[in-house]
Amino acid sequence: MILQALTLTLRLAVTVSVILLIVGIPLAYWLAYSQKRWKFVVEAVVSLPIVLPPTVLGFYVLVAIGPLSPVGRWYQSLVGHPLAFTFAGLVVGSVLYSLPFAVQPMATSFAAIDRKLLDASSLLGASRWRTFRRIVLPLGMPGVLTGLVLSFAHTLGEFGVVLMIGGNIPGATRTISILIFDQVEALDYAAANRTALLLLALCFALLAALYGLRRRAAWNVWGWK
Amino acid sequence: MEMSELSVRMRKIFSGERGATFVLDVGFSAAAGFTILFGASGAGKTTLLDCIAGLQTPESGRIALGIDALFDSAERVKVPPSRRAVGYLMQSLALFPHMTVAQNVQYGLDGLAHSERDRRCVQVLKAFRISTLGGRRPREISGGERQRAALARTLVTRPRVLLLDEPLTALDAATKSQIVDDLRAWNREQQIPILYVTHQREEVFALGENVVTLDGGRIVAQGSPHEVLQRPQLETVAQLAGFENIFECAFVAEHPEQGTMACRVAGAAVDLEVPLSRIDRARPLRVGIRAGDILLASHAPQGLSARNVFPGTITALEQRDVMVIARVNCGAEFEVHVTPAAREALKMQVGGKVWMVVKTYSCQVMQE
Repeated sequence: MILQALTLTLRLAVTVSVILLIVGIPLAYWLAYSQKRWKFVVEAVVSLPIVLPPTVLGFYVLVAIGPLSPVGRWYQSLVGHPLAFTFAGLVVGSVLYSLPFAVQPMATSFAAIDRKLLDASSLLGASRWRTFRRIVLPLGMPGVLTGLVLSFAHTLGEFGVVLMIGGNIPGATRTISILIFDQVEALDYAAANRTALLLLALCFALLAALYGLRRRAAWNVWGWK
Repeated sequence: MEMSELSVRMRKIFSGERGATFVLDVGFSAAAGFTILFGASGAGKTTLLDCIAGLQTPESGRIALGIDALFDSAERVKVPPSRRAVGYLMQSLALFPHMTVAQNVQYGLDGLAHSERDRRCVQVLKAFRISTLGGRRPREISGGERQRAALARTLVTRPRVLLLDEPLTALDAATKSQIVDDLRAWNREQQIPILYVTHQREEVFALGENVVTLDGGRIVAQGSPHEVLQRPQLETVAQLAGFENIFECAFVAEHPEQGTMACRVAGAAVDLEVPLSRIDRARPLRVGIRAGDILLASHAPQGLSARNVFPGTITALEQRDVMVIARVNCGAEFEVHVTPAAREALKMQVGGKVWMVVKTYSCQVMQE
């Protein structure tokens, strides 16, 4: 049972962090460099999941992907079953919930890059895309790495959103945190202890690896400062 | 018009250091070779370079290389920085910290074949004497080497004009002149205009064939270093050129047989012998004297050619780096620069007596 929940959780975390990597980098780039006056609105929206209770977010996502909403109906007509209470639904909710944890460190590290380097790049004839690939991305790598691992770790431990959107279906939506909740409810403290300890160890190992790796990366990239 | 000539005529409102806004309104052209852009900080030099490079946009005007417009407000032309072929060495150099010197140098050669890229890279590294540093990162080399690497990175792309924003200010004189020599050698083949920004007088004399002096966003003088700095026409130029002492004076008498004339410092009983000049004798004039051109002596000097010898009292002493700044009152107050060794030798101290000596030809006469 633990193994099933664990693989499900890992699958979810990997899927979510890969999606966030793809969505987060351009979004973070835009947030770091755009001069649009309404940028602050987007910043606020991206940061919302940090302050909102997971239940609120989960509730709105549930409504949005439910069979009564256009999105939910469109998905159902496409796939044949509703999005809510499925693994895919869980992914949608988790991506939204972990978005700020991916985007904020990326945007911060992009914005911290000396603008003169970007000017120098374009003066040497480089296009925006080339400047991004050769200068912004390598120099912002510590932030990208942080965003990636934080969104992974955050998804590992999420509870409220999963419960709201996914429910508690073994093999489909029962993640490790839900399992612990189940075990405690059933007064099976020994099992809950084992599962909790596993999650704790996993999160610790991940963060330790991140900070260790980031220190090396930081030394490589920022050693000049 | 020469094909390679840079011509600039532009107007831009820019904000200076204390948030105040200035208008940069200039027109000049620069042929192949060095043109010095000289002015105090806040005069608008960097803004001007940014506009030529396309990092900032003027309100109006035209910037062109030969017949090709880089910017033309009337024709609505605005070439993006990446397509201007303008080499720009910023004050911070902006070397990419995560790349080696060779990678930095090859960065701008994207479109070329591998072999051609390597060939050009080797050639330019050799020309700037950093062949052995190709594999190092910017943080692993010295300041002078970084300047060389940044120059190589810019010049390897064969820009049509080179902009240098006080790139050598932080270097010692020997390193500086070596780099400039290498730059001149490189430009003998390329023949592009090189616009060199500085606020240091010494650099103007060392480099300039052509000097453009910028003050408060306007060009106040243009010509050879000698014309612009040694014989200032306007007081703004005199201040820029480093006259620490500027006195309001009145004409007293002329001594044509000596080639001099006497004028009295306003509000003081000090008469200065200055070169005989064509002035309007009825109107006040100004006399500028560089603090470094004044001699001090502990006893009344004898047998001197200098016509201006005054006893005075030291009212203030301050050491700045390797220079001692003294203020000497001999009826009027003068700023005098001496070396720390001179201070020792003369046992200078506040309240002490000294004799001040100023050559006639160190006195610059100005009248607006």
